[in-house]
Amino acid sequence: MLDGFLALYVFMLAAFTGYEIIARVPVILHTPLMSGSNFVHGIVLVGAMIALGHAQTPLEIGIGFAGVLLGAGNAAGGYVVTERMLEMFKSSRPGGEAR
Amino acid sequence: MAWLPGAIKACYFLAALLFILGLKRMSSPRTARGGIVWAGVGMALAVAATFALPGLAHRGPMLAAVLLGTAVAWWSGRRVAMTAMPQMVALYNGMGGGAAAAIGGAELVGYVGTAITLLDGGRFTADGQAPGTTQLALAVLGALIGAVSFSGSLVAFAKLQGWLDRRFVFRGQRALNLLVFALAVAAGVALASGLLAPGLIAGFFALALLFGLMMTLPIGGADMPVVISLYNAFTGLAVAFEGFVLGNEAMIIAGTVVGAAGTLLTQLMAKAMNRSLGNVLFGSFGGAGGGT
Repeated sequence: MLDGFLALYVFMLAAFTGYEIIARVPVILHTPLMSGSNFVHGIVLVGAMIALGHAQTPLEIGIGFAGVLLGAGNAAGGYVVTERMLEMFKSSRPGGEAR
Repeated sequence: MAWLPGAIKACYFLAALLFILGLKRMSSPRTARGGIVWAGVGMALAVAATFALPGLAHRGPMLAAVLLGTAVAWWSGRRVAMTAMPQMVALYNGMGGGAAAAIGGAELVGYVGTAITLLDGGRFTADGQAPGTTQLALAVLGALIGAVSFSGSLVAFAKLQGWLDRRFVFRGQRALNLLVFALAVAAGVALASGLLAPGLIAGFFALALLFGLMMTLPIGGADMPVVISLYNAFTGLAVAFEGFVLGNEAMIIAGTVVGAAGTLLTQLMAKAMNRSLGNVLFGSFGGAGGGT
């Protein structure tokens, strides 16, 4: 566990980072960015794996297993959907023709 | 293998860095497509590092669950129509919220019966230090937010999918929702203060899930994107809180970044619709009888 105040500093700085990333985003990217951030919190998979790895009773194993299943779904689904959304921005690359 | 914990921590650090850089790239049309790849590399790195984590049991079921969840979500995300994307985001976001709630649940269940020796526990902390009330409270908070996001996102998915096309509005709904929320918080406070009874844990989760359900049911389909964005921010926060409990820096940073970015994004989306967030969330309650 991180030291209490160090954790608070990390929390504060990460919150500002998230705010700054979004601050000047164009409207057309709202939905892809929502989907992209949906993918990023798929990191919950890692936590669910740790929870399952430390489980002892059958109930804990069941809950942990469900958590890993859901977390993997979040990460994989989030990636696929975001990638498919962003594919539509192919043409706005420099050199590409604008649609 | 004394270098292993350090290498795993380095992977988590790299993953957090790649998430932030990836999101940054996703916020500009020119670099957006590469952004998701950067974030994807970070995710693969973090998951691979977690498999290498020493002292984890049940690796077989773990691998099976990872593969199964990935395959099903990958397949469903591939074949769904482009117009159905928003509800898929809601569905996957709900899964993330459910996973965060499951982490909190597994932890709380693991502490049942050891309530007296609560301060010697610490099975979930990375370096085996004793979990205090702060950690327990963060686990409860993450579980509460995650469970609300889980059931709320599933309702949002059902609404956009056309499975639930009417709004459920009735007199006194706001008061009832508030009551359910207050009961969930009260159960959570009791849990965080060390009163870890299995019945109370089950009741706490039931109330939290019920609140997510009741909060989302009265909101109309047209407002769902804003609501999904809000639940996305919720899940981010839940992940960050469970990250504090597990002592996992990648979860803390990724979850907090998404929590903050998602909150701002929710406001921007509401503003783009010329609405305030409060109006989206509570607008349907209003007058007596509630016009549908």
